[in-house]
Amino acid sequence: MTHTQNSAAPAPHVMPVSTYLLVFLALMCGTALTVAAAYVDLGWANNAVALAIAIAKSTLVVLYFMHVKENTRLIPAVIFSGLFMLLILFVNLLADYGTRGWLGVEGR
Amino acid sequence: MSVETHGASDLAHHFDSYEQQKESATLGMWTFLVTEILFFGGLFAAYSLYRSLYPEAFRAASHTLDIRLGALNTAVLIGSSLTMALAVRGGQIGKPKVTFGMLLATLALGSTFLGVKAIEYADKFHHHHVPGALFHFEGPDAVHAQLFFSLYFGMTGLHALHMIIGVAILAGMLRPALRGAWTPRNHNFLEGMGLYWHFVDLVWIFLFPLLYLIGRHH
Repeated sequence: MTHTQNSAAPAPHVMPVSTYLLVFLALMCGTALTVAAAYVDLGWANNAVALAIAIAKSTLVVLYFMHVKENTRLIPAVIFSGLFMLLILFVNLLADYGTRGWLGVEGR
Repeated sequence: MSVETHGASDLAHHFDSYEQQKESATLGMWTFLVTEILFFGGLFAAYSLYRSLYPEAFRAASHTLDIRLGALNTAVLIGSSLTMALAVRGGQIGKPKVTFGMLLATLALGSTFLGVKAIEYADKFHHHHVPGALFHFEGPDAVHAQLFFSLYFGMTGLHALHMIIGVAILAGMLRPALRGAWTPRNHNFLEGMGLYWHFVDLVWIFLFPLLYLIGRHH
């Protein structure tokens, strides 16, 4: 790493207004799609579709509104470390409750 | 912020460059947001568990929520994320008036969200759908429907608390915005507030389908 001059202010990466408007439109369409999909009987897939749309919308917010697209790779590393911890929480919780009946122990 | 305390220099003395200062601010904010993800994550985990255990109760209780108000609030919050992003952009390009106007719009939309939420909460109290001694539910499995409403108030309440804090911070940012406190070289506070606001939007993006849209085709 070389030390940069104090006076050398970086030119900030400025996204065009049109990008923000497009992301906004995509998010609104995603919301309409979620509501519409909820009224169609897809069986177990209703849940999967709702979550898939929510994850897609979140990705747009994180990449564009939160500028992660423009950040160094340190930031995605921090985000994924947090999501990994969340995964541990969910997997262990559901594995616990999901297998409690298997032992046949009274009261479990 | 360094803008206020260091007078002429908006580069804090312990940083080598504006780039390093910005990266540190962004990293710090994201570290906080990761703890927030896990904070809300505990509630989402509890929700997933109880919904998988009592699907009937959750479906019946979810149907008492007003889908139009939920969708309206989703749109309001997405709109506020857009205005927040444009406020930060105003700082990036050094346009204080744009930042001020967009922060004001974000403040208005955030308050609208809270107003709609208040209407929804009042309706829940009116119908005795608030967990506790006066809880009453006509649908099947009322005991576990109470669990749904506990999670509903816990999750949307924690979310609303984040909104209230956000709105208060936004209100405090209006004067500095007009003064031009945030410049292309240093708008780290503004950027950090943007990250916080978008995070609150992210939580709602998951809360809306999970709370309002369970088994609506039945």
